[in-house]
Amino acid sequence: MNKPDSLLPLQPATFHILMALAYEDRHGYAIIQDVAARTAGEIKLSAGTLYRSVQRMLEQGLIVETRERPAPEHDDERRRYYRITPFGEEVARAEAKRLAQLVKMARASGFAAGKA
Amino acid sequence: MQRFYRALLHLYPASFRQEYGEEMLRVFARGDRSTAAIVGETIVNAAAVHLDILRQDLRYATRTLMRSPGFAITAILVVALGVGANTAVFSLTDHIFLSPLPFPAPDRLVKLWQAQPGYGRMEYSPANYRDMKNAAKSFEAVGQYFSQSLNLVGDGEPVRVEAGQLSSDVMPVLGVAPAMGRWFSVEDDIDGAPHTVILSDGFWKSRYGADPGILGHKLLLNNAPYVVVGVMPASFRFPRRDIDLWVPNPLTVAAFSDRNNNYLNVIARMKPGVTLEAARAEGNVIARQLEAQYPREDEKTGVNMYLLKDDISAQSRLLLGTLAGAAACVLLIACANLANLLLARAMARRKELSVRASMGAGRERLARQMITESLIPSLLGGVLGVAIAISAAPALTRLAPTNLPISAAPPLNLRLFGMAALFTLITGMAFSVIPAWRIGSKTNFSGLREGSRSGGGQKARLRSILVVAEVVVSVVLLVSAGLLLRALWRVQSVNPGFQPSHVLTMRTVLPWPKYQNTAVADTFYRRVLGDARRIPGVTGASYISFLPMVMGGGIWPITVDGQVNVQRNANHTASSRFVLPGFFESMGIPLLRGRDIEEADDSKRPPVAVVSKSFAERYWPGQDPLGRHFSSINGDQMVVGVVGDILVRGLEQTSEPQMYFAARQMPDASFIFYQPKDFVVRSTLPPATLVPLLRDIVHAADPQQPISDVQTMEDVIDAETASRQLQVRVILLFAATAFLLAGIGIHGVLSFAVSQRTPEIGVRIALGAQRGDILGMILRQGAWLALAGLVPGVALAYWAALAMQALLAGVQPGDLTTFASAAGLAGVMTIAGCLVPALRAVRIDPLTAIRAE
Repeated sequence: MNKPDSLLPLQPATFHILMALAYEDRHGYAIIQDVAARTAGEIKLSAGTLYRSVQRMLEQGLIVETRERPAPEHDDERRRYYRITPFGEEVARAEAKRLAQLVKMARASGFAAGKA
Repeated sequence: MQRFYRALLHLYPASFRQEYGEEMLRVFARGDRSTAAIVGETIVNAAAVHLDILRQDLRYATRTLMRSPGFAITAILVVALGVGANTAVFSLTDHIFLSPLPFPAPDRLVKLWQAQPGYGRMEYSPANYRDMKNAAKSFEAVGQYFSQSLNLVGDGEPVRVEAGQLSSDVMPVLGVAPAMGRWFSVEDDIDGAPHTVILSDGFWKSRYGADPGILGHKLLLNNAPYVVVGVMPASFRFPRRDIDLWVPNPLTVAAFSDRNNNYLNVIARMKPGVTLEAARAEGNVIARQLEAQYPREDEKTGVNMYLLKDDISAQSRLLLGTLAGAAACVLLIACANLANLLLARAMARRKELSVRASMGAGRERLARQMITESLIPSLLGGVLGVAIAISAAPALTRLAPTNLPISAAPPLNLRLFGMAALFTLITGMAFSVIPAWRIGSKTNFSGLREGSRSGGGQKARLRSILVVAEVVVSVVLLVSAGLLLRALWRVQSVNPGFQPSHVLTMRTVLPWPKYQNTAVADTFYRRVLGDARRIPGVTGASYISFLPMVMGGGIWPITVDGQVNVQRNANHTASSRFVLPGFFESMGIPLLRGRDIEEADDSKRPPVAVVSKSFAERYWPGQDPLGRHFSSINGDQMVVGVVGDILVRGLEQTSEPQMYFAARQMPDASFIFYQPKDFVVRSTLPPATLVPLLRDIVHAADPQQPISDVQTMEDVIDAETASRQLQVRVILLFAATAFLLAGIGIHGVLSFAVSQRTPEIGVRIALGAQRGDILGMILRQGAWLALAGLVPGVALAYWAALAMQALLAGVQPGDLTTFASAAGLAGVMTIAGCLVPALRAVRIDPLTAIRAE
């Protein structure tokens, strides 16, 4: 398996998808909706971007397709659900750390508000 | 709408679409985005997905190719060869035949010739030119020109320059303006006007260092003062590519008196909308009117018009056509070979592909992978091929006719690269798509079965067909190369009528008016020839108007024994030359009867002539020609000697009978064109020793006299066949390549067959088959392949030979020796190709072979 750092920096879409999957498995459209809600509608993933990212993330082992369905009333037989892998969580944490350090440096330079 | 989105998804690769298509459709259906946005994002993302796959495939392909460098290198070289050969030949044909001439509206430029029975392309006489020009309505402008060498003295070392001598109306015909200064005006065309000269860009740069103040500069051409009035742009080459400068060509009143003094080239620009046919028709009407008006001089005189672009000899055309055909053959064979290589490889990799298929790789995905894998060697080969073409182009330019107003070297243009890309694509496709398709259609899991023998049945048949095609093409090339080689040998063995070995020549064009008096010129000749003959080792030295083959024209009409005959028709003309004593001896032309021109044959004696054997036989058959009289442009002559005929017009042309006059009997200030200028010396000294001695001698006689065209007579003969030699060399190279590739093809198919049949052969041996039987079995298979290719190959080769018969110099298109040799070579190739696989088959150890099963 790859080192988490080798995938950094993540593409914004990839990071958003990982965040959308942080607490629960979701299908494609749910990911789009979650990202949109989280960013107050600022980022609306297109279907193409989503599935292209999904394909690559599957190959990289960041997520898996899951066969376990959530509560039956919400289930749609034909839908594919995605789940973040432990490696995916590791990568997401590494990316968050990288961004945090970046913000810290930005503050030190006076580019961002807050304590350095 | 749903259907539209479904169609839109086809932009994605099939594998991606199958995986995510349904999900994406559902997202589209939510209607969060406008249709336009969906279309936009689909295009962007589909391209990205394709790129991802390409990147993946490239990585995989590079790895695979690195693992089998032999295959990769062979493939790259085969592509490079095919692309290189075709691009090089294309660049030349494109340059000569396809790209427009460097003049505005070049398709309206026509070249006009006078035509008489036996001579399709004769220059115009000034009078006929004037009358035709005045009568013709088809043309916007008509101009005349000819080219000659002039001596430039004054600005440094005296040099001989190539001058285009033309009338001022050549410019409105060509439509090119000077880069600097002005073009000739109508006043410059008047006889006696102050001399003006226009420089070519190249000459201006090389001789005058691109001096911006060149206009108004005075220079001496043939000892007459000229003023520079203009400089032409670099792209202007007219009438040939080697012209240094242009001077006006004023026609004197005297020039119009003789309708049979043909020396003007005529070029015209047709009015917009006038067709070549219409111009020709009008030209013929005018020619008939002139014939009615001047029945004696213009008897049977018609007109021939060609588009300037098409004014190329049929032989040059055929020469290049043959090359293009041969190059196409190489491309064909390269394609067949590549396809074959890849098929074999694909079969060998069948297990790997089956594994990938079983793991879910779709047929489209596998085919795509195969194509990417083939494109890498194709592209690398294509790049290498372009490099080959570019480096080969200068050598090929010797095949380009010199008499065209275009540059020697084909330019590197987009068309060339486009064509190279096309050739690469063709090979790449042959190389990849066919095998990929074959694989795609056959993907199943049978390849996984233990000991499965891939490549049986259909695929083996396809490979055999490809090999047969290679044999066909290589036989065609071998036969063509063989026939052309025999034709070359035949031309080279033609006896020119003189002995070219040990003869050195150089040209000293004596400038007028300095040397226009025969006595003055004679002082020069006497001194130079006297000094040259005193050099130890020199056995003969003389001067002549023009060397044979270097100049084929110079044809005069003759009248024999009082019968009036001024018509210049083929039956009563002869090649006219002025010589100094000792010419025949120096050239090794046999003196058959009578005597040579003597020192004493000068203006005080009645004019004498030496004629060739065919001349004597034509006019005095069965009689003694000595003492007979005939007359030509230079008046009455008495025959004093008969010499052997020589091939004045070259090894492959029929030559007129020859007559030689005494240089010392030339009237003063006439026949400037014919004043002896070619110095010939027979000696046992090597040229490197002799040349400096002769140079010193010429400069001692006249320090201002330029020397040019230093060459041996053997060089002259060699130049006759230079383009043939080059063509034969190129086609031999092509044939050898094809031959090698076909051999490799046979080897490949049989090796594969043997490796596939190893267990079977093992069983046969175990059951008692003799080694000889096995050997015979494999050889038979190879022989069938060769035979299947040989039969149609021979038929096609015969057809090709008929098409290029004009190049064969009398060698029969069905020449048995050549065909038999080609067939023999094909046999040798088959055996060579079979040998290794056959030996391997014989050495198969039955135990190991069966155990492996």
